[in-house]
Amino acid sequence: MTTQQVPAIQVRGLEKSYEDLRVLRGVDFEVARGSVFALLGSNGAGKTTTMRILATLLKADAGTAAVNGFDVATHPANVRESLSLTGQFAAVDEILSGRENLVLVARLRHLDRPGEIADELLERFSLTDAAARKVSTYSGGMRRRLDIAMSLVGDPPVIFLDEPTTGLDPQGRIEVWQAVRQLADQGTTVLLTTQYLDEAEHLADRIAILHEGRIIVNGTLAELKRLLPPARIERVEKQPTLEDVFLSLVGR
Amino acid sequence: MTMRFLGDTAVLTGRSLRHITRSLDTIFTTTITPIAMMLLFVYVLGGAIRTGSDSYVTYLLPGILLITIASGIAYTSFRLFMDMKSGIFERLRSMPIARSSVLWAHVLTSLVANLLSVVVVVLVALLIGFRSSAGLPAWLAVTGILLLFTLALTWLAVIPGLSAKSIDGASAFSYPLIFLPVISSAFVPTDTMPGPVRAFAEHQPVTSIVNAIRALLTQQPVGTDIWIALAWCVGILVVTFGLAMNVYRRKIT
Repeated sequence: MTTQQVPAIQVRGLEKSYEDLRVLRGVDFEVARGSVFALLGSNGAGKTTTMRILATLLKADAGTAAVNGFDVATHPANVRESLSLTGQFAAVDEILSGRENLVLVARLRHLDRPGEIADELLERFSLTDAAARKVSTYSGGMRRRLDIAMSLVGDPPVIFLDEPTTGLDPQGRIEVWQAVRQLADQGTTVLLTTQYLDEAEHLADRIAILHEGRIIVNGTLAELKRLLPPARIERVEKQPTLEDVFLSLVGR
Repeated sequence: MTMRFLGDTAVLTGRSLRHITRSLDTIFTTTITPIAMMLLFVYVLGGAIRTGSDSYVTYLLPGILLITIASGIAYTSFRLFMDMKSGIFERLRSMPIARSSVLWAHVLTSLVANLLSVVVVVLVALLIGFRSSAGLPAWLAVTGILLLFTLALTWLAVIPGLSAKSIDGASAFSYPLIFLPVISSAFVPTDTMPGPVRAFAEHQPVTSIVNAIRALLTQQPVGTDIWIALAWCVGILVVTFGLAMNVYRRKIT
């Protein structure tokens, strides 16, 4: 059923309203297998709503959506097997240790040897030293890394990251970017939402801009850059420079 | 599917039980008010109360145990609310797990936590002179009634846990519950109360539950009280479970 030819994510004519507010007004896009796709948009553009529909947390009013070849409305159980959602706020258990959080998810995904899976992911996300510590003692970046590691338990083919770096300091942001790039290198399909242009620029193979409930542009970075007015491009290039200054000042 | 439900519920219950063992202060804060009330009534007010029984602490204990449970269930709302707020609830919902196991895990944890609190309060009562000649069957019956009462109230606690907008809203609902025993046979016999108060006291659930437990602990005949008590517990359970599941279903669709 899920051959390599089927896109990892297919969205057609998706509509969703909250009472009078039309959040999605016909969203269409496709995400190729193994690629990183960024949904860009300002607050309230409908990014999170789109992601929640794809993650079976919300029902669409109209249109269809499929993840890994499974329709979200008719085969929600298969969809949940195929994806992992990392929401806007790190959904980690503060009272448990980092390792216990990972073991918990592995058990809930009914995997053998949850302990080994947890240790592997701790290693991969440089959390081995903090493994036994309560998550409430973690920094924002560590928390986010653990959050993403929890999403990777059981190697789901599709990962959703909803604003993975909002609220993180520059160092934490770089840590998360590295984690996302690693994912892409291993062939996982990543759908991420962001309000930061540079984040999409750094991570995504394709970028779609969601504006007032519709996709207004969808293309590679090079294609998009040609559309953006020069002033915009300037702003994108400025940001890493500031960051470089900050990072060199704090000695990273 | 059933196996999956049981397995997932067990894993999630293990998780929230760790919350209890790692913050035993929740057991402490649950028991401190009932213990303080027990000391107040036994050592300050009790001397002036005529209950017709030899030991006031033995008379008082059943009501104190219900107060313990009524304050303990607020933690279920609290934990559920924190799961909703922190996004853990969403994460679990987007995973391939049996859907109601998330709720059942919190409910089972509530049973364990409240049982612990009840044991603590009973131990304190023993220290200040509570004695019972009741045998194992009577104690098992008391435990059964208390568990059923906890289960009924925990499902009630699930409702604000799922729907509250703030942490205060999530736990404030339990305050009236804590005071329901005051207008019952828990502290004083109902026959000294004026007409309407007495009518309320004698026909609200706490009185029959208190009377049934008291009869079991003092080896008196339980009479019809135990059936009325069970009927109240089961009735409340059915209603609160139905409402909680309804709220949950609306929450997840």
